[in-house]
Amino acid sequence: MLLNVIDILSQYWELFLIGQYPHGPLGGLVNTLILASLALIIAFPLSVLLAVARTSPYGIFRHPVTVWVYVMRGIPLIMIIFWTYFLVPSLIGRNISGFTTMLCTLVLYQSAYLCEIVRGGLQSLPAGQTEASRALGLGYFRTMVFILLPQALYNSIPSLISQFISIIKETSLGYIINAQEMTFAANQVNNQLLVKPFEVYFILAVTYYLLCFGLTQLAQWFERRIDTKRQGDALIAT
Amino acid sequence: MSQFTQGLEKVLQGDYLDIILRGIKMTLELAALSWLLAMVIALSLVVIRLTNHKVAVAAVAGYVSYHRNIPTLVQLMLWYFGISSLFPYELQMWLVDQNAEFIFAAIALGLCQAAYFSEDIRSGMRAISSGQTEAARALGFGYLRSMRYIILPQGIRNALPSLINHTILLFKNTSLAMAIGVVELTYATREVENYTFLTFQSYLVCTLVYLFFSLLLMFCGAIFAKKLNKVYAR
Repeated sequence: MLLNVIDILSQYWELFLIGQYPHGPLGGLVNTLILASLALIIAFPLSVLLAVARTSPYGIFRHPVTVWVYVMRGIPLIMIIFWTYFLVPSLIGRNISGFTTMLCTLVLYQSAYLCEIVRGGLQSLPAGQTEASRALGLGYFRTMVFILLPQALYNSIPSLISQFISIIKETSLGYIINAQEMTFAANQVNNQLLVKPFEVYFILAVTYYLLCFGLTQLAQWFERRIDTKRQGDALIAT
Repeated sequence: MSQFTQGLEKVLQGDYLDIILRGIKMTLELAALSWLLAMVIALSLVVIRLTNHKVAVAAVAGYVSYHRNIPTLVQLMLWYFGISSLFPYELQMWLVDQNAEFIFAAIALGLCQAAYFSEDIRSGMRAISSGQTEAARALGFGYLRSMRYIILPQGIRNALPSLINHTILLFKNTSLAMAIGVVELTYATREVENYTFLTFQSYLVCTLVYLFFSLLLMFCGAIFAKKLNKVYAR
């Protein structure tokens, strides 16, 4: 079995890694990573805005975002993929690729989850931070930007990394709408070989595992670092 | 607008309604079965891990990390396409007769969620002071019985919020089973859409059904947590 795995890898490693790239669209692991990174980079600023709106004292900002978050958390990602696949082309009037569909979906979906993370970070800050900053004469907006957000975002770095892991795992759903990524590539390999499904999906699983496991370790390292830093701060404060 | 409501009426009657209802039934069955499987495995994992035996702890940690670091969809495909192909031929044929898609989906989702559940319960139990175990042992409870009557009930209460969240996740993940051909709600919706071309209406019905059940779970979870806290409050 192990021989088979090595055999498949030596024959198809390019397809797993970059898809049909020089002769066709970019795909495989590289595209999975690009897709996940782009999704995080676009969704993150959006989620900060959403989080500020969700903690805002004004109902007109707070209520729509709350509804949005609950809706996004209440329906499966596949449904959102199908909605994007159907709605976005009819809104912008032209067809979009599987990659773009998947990117839009992940941004929509993750903005809600990241929003909850940032909100958690904001609400875990002691109220004294807001009070002190308001007492020093900073307005709501400046308190948010200069005092609260920097602390909240720093504290939520580990959760952000674990959310990035979730995004990587969620890109595998692109396979359903034929977006070029690693699961799609594995299915291509499987369709060419036909007789070795276990080996092919085993390689796929191991690749995801190594990628996500590495990132989990990184998240834990950050967590420890932030904990020590917080303890240091607490020591200085006392 | 009237076109829209007409379409909605068309999706919600006769054969199309039947397809959707059967899809909902399948989704609920799949969710219930894999939830049960996940809970049983998760509890066993927690108990195994608590023995503090080196090999046992490493095995459980490996199980959890395997299932948490691989996409659920890939796990489904690995079970349905991969692992099933290693079974003896007779067993494969038998499984095909028994609705193999459903069985493998339930196994894959259950095993995957078990990893999350076991971590939830474990972190819930870490919050219990060691005095609880010591008191139980001092009162003559054996290891298993002190687990069963003293530690696990409290651990589950602490773990309840994240257990509810992961139950909702499990419910939503049943939609992934469409990728291996289980005719659950998402698959059924796609079918209705293919027959009627009423994309917006059929997706809307499906989305509302998912939303209804997810919100119901969140609501029940909140009520349940409140009740538990009242019962155990001191």
